[in-house]
Amino acid sequence: MKTQLLKYGVMATFLTALLAGCSSTDTTDTSGAGGTATVPSNQVSTGTAGSGGISGSSLDADSSVARTFYFEFDKAILNSEARAALRIHAQTLRSTPANIRLEGHADERGTREYNMALGERRGNSARDFLIQEGVNGALIEVISYGEESPASLDSNDASWALNRRVELK
Amino acid sequence: MKKIAAILSLYLVTLLLPLSGVAELTIEITQGVDNPSRIAIPPITQSGLSLPEDVSKIISADLERSGLFSPTPRRDMLSFPATVKEVYFRDWRILGTEYLVVGQAVKQSGRYKITFSLIEIHGERKLFTKVVEGPATQIRDLAHYISDQVYQAVTGIPGAFSTRVAYVTAIPVNDKMTFQLMVADVDGARERLLLDSKQPIMSPAWSPDAKELVYVSFETGRPAIFRQNLATAAREQLTNFRGLNGAPSWSPNGKTLALVLSKDGNPEIYTYELSTRKFTRRTTHFAIDTEPNWTPDGKALIFTSDRGGTPQIYKLTIATGRVERLTFRGSYNARPRLASDGRTLVMVHRDNGSFHIASQDLVTGDLRVLTQTYLDESPTVAPNGAMLLYATKKGNKGVLAAVSLDAGVKFLLPARRGDVREPAWSPK
Repeated sequence: MKTQLLKYGVMATFLTALLAGCSSTDTTDTSGAGGTATVPSNQVSTGTAGSGGISGSSLDADSSVARTFYFEFDKAILNSEARAALRIHAQTLRSTPANIRLEGHADERGTREYNMALGERRGNSARDFLIQEGVNGALIEVISYGEESPASLDSNDASWALNRRVELK
Repeated sequence: MKKIAAILSLYLVTLLLPLSGVAELTIEITQGVDNPSRIAIPPITQSGLSLPEDVSKIISADLERSGLFSPTPRRDMLSFPATVKEVYFRDWRILGTEYLVVGQAVKQSGRYKITFSLIEIHGERKLFTKVVEGPATQIRDLAHYISDQVYQAVTGIPGAFSTRVAYVTAIPVNDKMTFQLMVADVDGARERLLLDSKQPIMSPAWSPDAKELVYVSFETGRPAIFRQNLATAAREQLTNFRGLNGAPSWSPNGKTLALVLSKDGNPEIYTYELSTRKFTRRTTHFAIDTEPNWTPDGKALIFTSDRGGTPQIYKLTIATGRVERLTFRGSYNARPRLASDGRTLVMVHRDNGSFHIASQDLVTGDLRVLTQTYLDESPTVAPNGAMLLYATKKGNKGVLAAVSLDAGVKFLLPARRGDVREPAWSPK
């Protein structure tokens, strides 16, 4: 336990540095809800805040712990592997709070907006589990990509299984 | 076009070049009716001089694509009459032609005026003579107008050849997807790029005047609803809530959007008044409520909900808040759209594990599966209710396809590159 704490201490320093560098990708601010904003048109071709910017930088406590969790068709129930991995992530987040994104995805079957809702439901399952494990919910943002950002592009069972997922970022 | 090109150059100059000029979508008719009307449209010219576009060819292609007409090939024609007087009926009876469209164009100060007549060969009678006029730059519009008039005179249904379709393409560029929001004529011509993004674009929907689109873009790192004017490219972000911001649908009177937000914990349907920017929550259920679409009278919303355990279609009457379930057959019915008669519901329906487009008569309850392609989704009905467009998969590629509401006519619109998805047929 002592070595683990030490490890997290080192990680904390590392993370603080990283997060300082990542402050522009803060994912918890939704205070603008309801208002309208004019978006500079250049963001359309350059906006990559959704996926590239923060992946793998925060929370790399143990690279062997899964950060992608898989689901059954039209279901949002965490399997035992997902719960085991999330428990370890929860432990890290309790000792070293950091903002995280849970990106929910669906396979291509079914309709696109329903799959947006399903992706969110999967992200919420992971979020609720982390909260139940003591993580501060304010640190977690759930973003659904529905079927819009598949991990595998083929149309078969193996590919669909890889696409029904939540990614912790 | 020049103005649009100037605005688009902001987004992506390199992609514009291959896009301009050539239509991305081509059409492959896979099934027509058993006895399509045989129609001939000899060349329409300006006293023998060809027009900037081959008008009679555009009309032939329009009518053929409806599946209800079989145009006589030009090479088989024995004469090229331009007026009713020039028609020698025997030339057409020999070919088995039932209808003949003749026309001629006059050019006056940059505008074309086309006088055209529809003739029934068997009865040797003229059904009408009409005139259409417009700028030389919009000669395709004149051709589509003629197609609309001919189609209506023969079938009794207004044509929908002057309409457009919005859709999303996803093109892999250097291992990453590029998403584009496009608009083209319903025959695939005059394709225009409206938005180019490295992040997903979803759910385009038309304003009732067909001058604007609403859609979902992830360009901010989260899904958000945007509104964009087609002529000026002016755009505005309408929502920025935590969670889902999706499935926008414009009310028939143009004043309100229906949309989905999950800011209160789970997906609920809201209305948004465009003038006051006020959101009103319309559903209250812990299940998924999504994909709202207005009834033609603007008094109700039909939507998808899994409140009964599986996704099914429900109807919400706005004045009373009353919700009733509309679909009962099958374990997956989603993304409803109503034809303009308010009676024909089309949706994505899972049938023995496969996703197809089905229609349901809301009066009789009859359900009919219209498509047999693979992973069918996103049905959108033509304003005349004769046909619907949808997205499907051919191989590993997303393509658009069409089917008539009686399932008699089918065609594919294969794209040359990338995936094409989420067609939205313009309301006019």
